[in-house]
Amino acid sequence: MMFAPAPFLLKDTSVSRVMTQVCLALVPGIAAYAWLVGPAILVQIVIATLTALFAEALVLKLRDKPLAMFLGDGSAIVTAWLIALTFPPLAPWWLVVTATAFAIIFAKHIYGGLGQNPFNPAMVAFAVGIVSFPALMSQWPQVGLQMPLSEQIGVIFGLVPRVDALSGATPLDALKTALKLGEGSFGVAQLLANQDIYGNFAGRGWEWVSVGYLLGGLWMWQRKLITWHVPAAFVGAMTVLAGSLWLYDPAQFASPLFHIFSGGSLLGAFFIATDPVSGCTTPRGKLIFGAGAGLLAYIIRVFGGYPDGIAFAVLLMNLSAPVIDLLTQPAIFGMKDKS
Amino acid sequence: MITRAEFKTIAHNGIWKQNTSIVQILGLCPLLAVTTNAVNGIMLSLATIIVMAMSNVAVAALRNFIPHEIRIPVFILIVAALVTVVDLLFNANLHELYLVLGIFIPLIVTNCIVLARVESFAAKNPPLQSTFDGIFMGVGMLWTLALLGALRELIGSGTLLGGIDMVFSGLQPIQLLPESYPGFLLAMLPPGAFILLGCMIAWKNWMDARAAERNRRKPPAPVEALGCH
Repeated sequence: MMFAPAPFLLKDTSVSRVMTQVCLALVPGIAAYAWLVGPAILVQIVIATLTALFAEALVLKLRDKPLAMFLGDGSAIVTAWLIALTFPPLAPWWLVVTATAFAIIFAKHIYGGLGQNPFNPAMVAFAVGIVSFPALMSQWPQVGLQMPLSEQIGVIFGLVPRVDALSGATPLDALKTALKLGEGSFGVAQLLANQDIYGNFAGRGWEWVSVGYLLGGLWMWQRKLITWHVPAAFVGAMTVLAGSLWLYDPAQFASPLFHIFSGGSLLGAFFIATDPVSGCTTPRGKLIFGAGAGLLAYIIRVFGGYPDGIAFAVLLMNLSAPVIDLLTQPAIFGMKDKS
Repeated sequence: MITRAEFKTIAHNGIWKQNTSIVQILGLCPLLAVTTNAVNGIMLSLATIIVMAMSNVAVAALRNFIPHEIRIPVFILIVAALVTVVDLLFNANLHELYLVLGIFIPLIVTNCIVLARVESFAAKNPPLQSTFDGIFMGVGMLWTLALLGALRELIGSGTLLGGIDMVFSGLQPIQLLPESYPGFLLAMLPPGAFILLGCMIAWKNWMDARAAERNRRKPPAPVEALGCH
């Protein structure tokens, strides 16, 4: 028999172990992304990872912290991967570098480093990108883009001029623009019939990337890296809101299926809103956090001006996380519940 | 009238130790709205310096006649009259810049810095000291706003001294970064001003900490006791 003080962890759960598993869970999504949308994403992941490690090392040195321990924990790498996945794959290299450095230096270390940041660094990077460089951040390559990898790398590093084929919109954005331009002359169903853009259910290519994130997320849940609360509340709330609007007017609003599998919904639900640092920690708080993020994301992406709403939704919920946690304290074992 | 030491303290307080923008964090509204370039920041600071110097001297001269209970309305009336003068001056002589600065010149009346100095310094000190206090507090605001404006301008659009032609016709803004610089829009938006102001505050604290460390090091440092805190 072993005697040890709390916490009574069943297995070794170091930060680096968790972060490695999160990275592993991202692999199916990244694989689908690279296969269906283009291998340029792998280049972006490399750029973001190198920038994140460099920025992390720089700040750690400034703060007189041990380099190896914090660099090796892998949290900067997860942030970098999430940034690369949310940015357009053919964005110029400096955009990803700027946003990643901003995320690590300002969103993470200014507040005290890992475990102290009130906002999700990857989402801060996305918000900085879309607010500062809205044009570049909305240029998504058309799916099935026939362009050799060398040329894609050239585009990223500014050696090859940016051509029109690069300046597409995401299926989500395309649908919103088409509905706005159409002024009700054609409905969602007619638009979604165009399989070149919208694929089978949520955007050609992108729907399978989302399925990849879903698989990775479910694996994380099965491994108990995340609990079911946040993703379930996120997807559930989005389904309810999207579903009721869809039932109300199917010509104006896309189905819940489309919304959940397009844009960053599933990446947000499983990988971003579940961030243990910037999110809620109580079980009821997690439900509120996830549901709030899902509702806000739907409202921003459908009624707002930005192509997707995950980043702003998560940042707004990050802001309210401390209050939610405070109001949802579970009753201590053996004590009577206050309510 | 005024001793050298007094003068030095007033100058040091205004420019560094009690700097309005990065220590007292007063007047954030004009700071955020106006410092999209260095010229706007400098010109608004100049207007504030004029108002502060004149209102400080007026209040200091009248300090023994103003009933204590109604001093704030009286201060505000004095400041408002002076701001009106400055407002009309800007409108007449620098009309284009006046249009850019817009509401922020009349708003100097409500700027906490002016009222704070009047209340905490001029109401208790003789006119000469109060004049210098107004000027140096304004100079402290001037260099911080100029630096913040220049940083925001440089990061946001790669230029320096944009809008200088509104003050000295014939001068052109300097293009420091290449034409192809895409412009980091965040720096031009209010969050950018907050972030850069935060960086400036951090820089000031770092400088102070370093100076304190240097002063502490001068005598032989006592042997640090081993143990835990």
